[in-house]
Amino acid sequence: MIPVVALIVLLPFAAAAAGLLGSRWPRGGSRTEANDRAAARRAAWFAIAPGTASLLLTLWLAVWSARASGSGGTAFWAGLLPGSTEGTLTVVDTGSVPISVTLRADGLSILIGVLVVVVALAVQVYSVGYMRDDPRYASYSAFISLFTSAMLLVVYAGDLIVLYAGWEIMGLCSYLLIGHWWEDRANSRAAVKAFLVTRLGDVGFLFGIFTLGMAAGSFRIDAVLSADIPTGTLITATMLLLAGVAGKSAQVPLQTWLPDAMAGPTPISALIHAATMVAAGIFIVARLYPAFLGAQPTLDVLGVVAAVGMLGAALAALAQNDLKRVLAYSTISQLAYMAGGLAAGSDKAAIFHLLTHGAFKALLFLGAGAVIHHVGSNLMSHMGGLRTSIPFTFAGMTIGFAALMGLPPASGFFSKDAVIAAIEHSHSPAQPFLYAAALLTVGVTGAYAMRAWLRTFFGPSRVEALPEPEPGTAHVFDGREAPRSMLWPIGVLAVPALLLGFADVAEVDWGSALVSLIVGLLGAGVVYTFWRGAPHQDPARMLGPFRTACERAFYVDEAYRAVFARPILRLAHGVVRTDRQVVDGAVRGSGRLTMGLSGVVRLAQNGNAQLYVTGLLAGLLLITVAAVVLG
Amino acid sequence: MHIVYPVVVSALLFSIGVYGVLARRNAILVLMSVELMLNAVNLNLVAFDVWLRDRLHGGQVLTLFVIVIAAAEIGLGLAIVLAVYRNRRSIDVDRLRDLAEGDAPEVSPQSEVSPGRVAVGEDADREAGS
Amino acid sequence: MTSETPGFWPPSGPEVVFLLLGVVALGSALLVVTTRQLVHAALWLVLCFGALAGCYLVLTAEFVAWVQVLIYVGAVVVLLLFGIMLTRAPIGRSADLDSGNRWAAVLVALATAGVLLSVVVAGFGAAYAPLDPGQGAAKPLGSSIFRTWVLPFEALSVLLLAALIGAIVISRTDIRGRE
Repeated sequence: MIPVVALIVLLPFAAAAAGLLGSRWPRGGSRTEANDRAAARRAAWFAIAPGTASLLLTLWLAVWSARASGSGGTAFWAGLLPGSTEGTLTVVDTGSVPISVTLRADGLSILIGVLVVVVALAVQVYSVGYMRDDPRYASYSAFISLFTSAMLLVVYAGDLIVLYAGWEIMGLCSYLLIGHWWEDRANSRAAVKAFLVTRLGDVGFLFGIFTLGMAAGSFRIDAVLSADIPTGTLITATMLLLAGVAGKSAQVPLQTWLPDAMAGPTPISALIHAATMVAAGIFIVARLYPAFLGAQPTLDVLGVVAAVGMLGAALAALAQNDLKRVLAYSTISQLAYMAGGLAAGSDKAAIFHLLTHGAFKALLFLGAGAVIHHVGSNLMSHMGGLRTSIPFTFAGMTIGFAALMGLPPASGFFSKDAVIAAIEHSHSPAQPFLYAAALLTVGVTGAYAMRAWLRTFFGPSRVEALPEPEPGTAHVFDGREAPRSMLWPIGVLAVPALLLGFADVAEVDWGSALVSLIVGLLGAGVVYTFWRGAPHQDPARMLGPFRTACERAFYVDEAYRAVFARPILRLAHGVVRTDRQVVDGAVRGSGRLTMGLSGVVRLAQNGNAQLYVTGLLAGLLLITVAAVVLG
Repeated sequence: MHIVYPVVVSALLFSIGVYGVLARRNAILVLMSVELMLNAVNLNLVAFDVWLRDRLHGGQVLTLFVIVIAAAEIGLGLAIVLAVYRNRRSIDVDRLRDLAEGDAPEVSPQSEVSPGRVAVGEDADREAGS
Repeated sequence: MTSETPGFWPPSGPEVVFLLLGVVALGSALLVVTTRQLVHAALWLVLCFGALAGCYLVLTAEFVAWVQVLIYVGAVVVLLLFGIMLTRAPIGRSADLDSGNRWAAVLVALATAGVLLSVVVAGFGAAYAPLDPGQGAAKPLGSSIFRTWVLPFEALSVLLLAALIGAIVISRTDIRGRE
């Protein structure tokens, strides 16, 4: 089966190469409109056809795995997808621990792989409509393909170094795609910020890999997990890995890049910053879960981080005005749920929530994209009353919001319940804190989802034709539903968002589910009451003086700026000044010194030929005498 | 005849000529001193010719040649001195200081001048072309 | 060269004559470079060259001596006097014939003399050559020039012609270079 796995990974990569190199070939450079259109059409084919092939292969792989009778080990996915395969393509001899280029497909990889290819394909199809008139559509779709390939490499990697390669390529694609509309300075700043912040975590991640690999004597995941590693080393390694997880999955304290990453095109937010890349952090923890289980302090730290992150991000989401930022903070909060599930000891609940969240958050983002496409603005204060003008999007987003709030029968209800039940029954020292945060967050989630839903689709219409489309949201108001290529993915994604939960309907803990449902409805009810009182006004006003703090995400960015950015900038200025005054000064000083000395020497060159001859003869005599005396 | 006598006389004469070249201000006096040095050489040549008993008389013939060259040199030298005198109204060698280094120009003038010159040249070309 | 090399003392007759002439030449040369009157310098130069011609005679180089008298005393000094007059030099004493370089010049000249004297005394202190009259007469010298040295002689004549033309071109103001 390994060739199939390799094909799944390589097809999108080939698509990226073809999209980058071939979309304008052979007619090349002349940027006429017809050429642009043809290039975009060809790039769309390059993007979608291999994506579809990859999806079909993945589904086939899933069917094969479900039918296989392999033991599959003791992991939770063993019952559903018992088949697993692993193959080493080549071994890179490094002199110390060898790197084996290994691919592996087991239940976990196939589950996440299906999520990735489905969402990626949906986003590619959606982008055809969303980015219709973008002159750089070809490179955009190629980067999405490249990203898909990298994510699949992470998912199917059987070796930590191979996994890391995919991990870094994802970071690069994220940077490229956030900065897609780089003409706006803020977008490229957001891209750089995302790149740097995730890179900060990746440093820890890389060293965590090294620690694990050195301790186990191999980078192969199987070997690492079965190795007998001392607890101290394990704690160090998992703590380091946790840095990378926090970076990629936007957990506290490295969460600040994700809301800013919403500067990218909306499909990118759906693909990378909601459904897949940010899930990579959770996936890594699940992949290496036995190692994490051996390091309880790490899981406790993860639990605290998750508790802080889920509640803080949910509160921040409650106060945002930008629809995409609401969803971004919601993503942080939901990812923290998954992290909380992992910390509570249930990787199954976490991965379940990851899958359903991937579906409904992608759905929400694509719906938000359709709304933004329709309205021409990201801000909810420009929206309202849209349920009649774009009914299809309204229906899709309603399912998404229901899943987000955890309303039955939407998928979010089941997965969130699984996470909360896992937290409730955990024995972690952080459990009370985590459980309280989780329940509170359910309420806040209900509140912000309700607020976003109401502000977008109900109330008086505030839509107005914007005089000039801003760069970055370059879509004029046309008053119609989005094109069909954008609606299809929404419809397709609505199905799993609604129904995926029933996959696990047998194991629902109805008691805790009821509690969380009541809390969630309570939050939503409070918001509805406030909104009912004054439909024109933002229900976020109920936060009172707390609102500004929430809107600024508790001043974390400001704090980072004051604690890290400013001192470093000051240091950099100091370095520049030192360079200019000391280093350059030394260079210029030596030049000036030479000029001065030569000025002194030049005094001898006064134009008096007699003096020259005198010097000449005196020198000649000296040389003669020296030759006689010394020779 | 001890060869050391003419040779010592020649050496002293040469040194006197050196002094004259280095110390005299008037260009004609400098030329005279050069003649003294040439004569010192001549004396040397003759003395060694006598000492070596050269069949071909290389020393004395070379002396004759030197005398001829000295005549040519003095003719040319005086012509140059006259030309200088016409231009400068002075033949004091230590006052002819055109070789002196100017006041240390920071940038070589060419690098400043050339772009302008190029531009001018282009303009001229364009005008010529039109 | 010969087996019986006489000592320095007593000096032979030609040596006495040579030394006297040498003293005259050196003294007049010193006056040439120290006198304060330009014209006197030229006249002292005549004396110096005459004494040197005498030296050549003592050294049996009679043809060279006559050429010395003819060319140096007859032509070169006259040319120099013309130069002095054409540059309107003052006839009487002039105070500034020496440049500021004088003391350095004294030093260098003394050093030159020291080096040269030590070299020649160390190298040729014992050399002796018996004088053999007739060696430098016109006949042997002429046959030597026109047999052995005829090619340099011809080259020299060309040089002289070039110097002649050059002197004319430089000194005449109505000949201009090509623009």
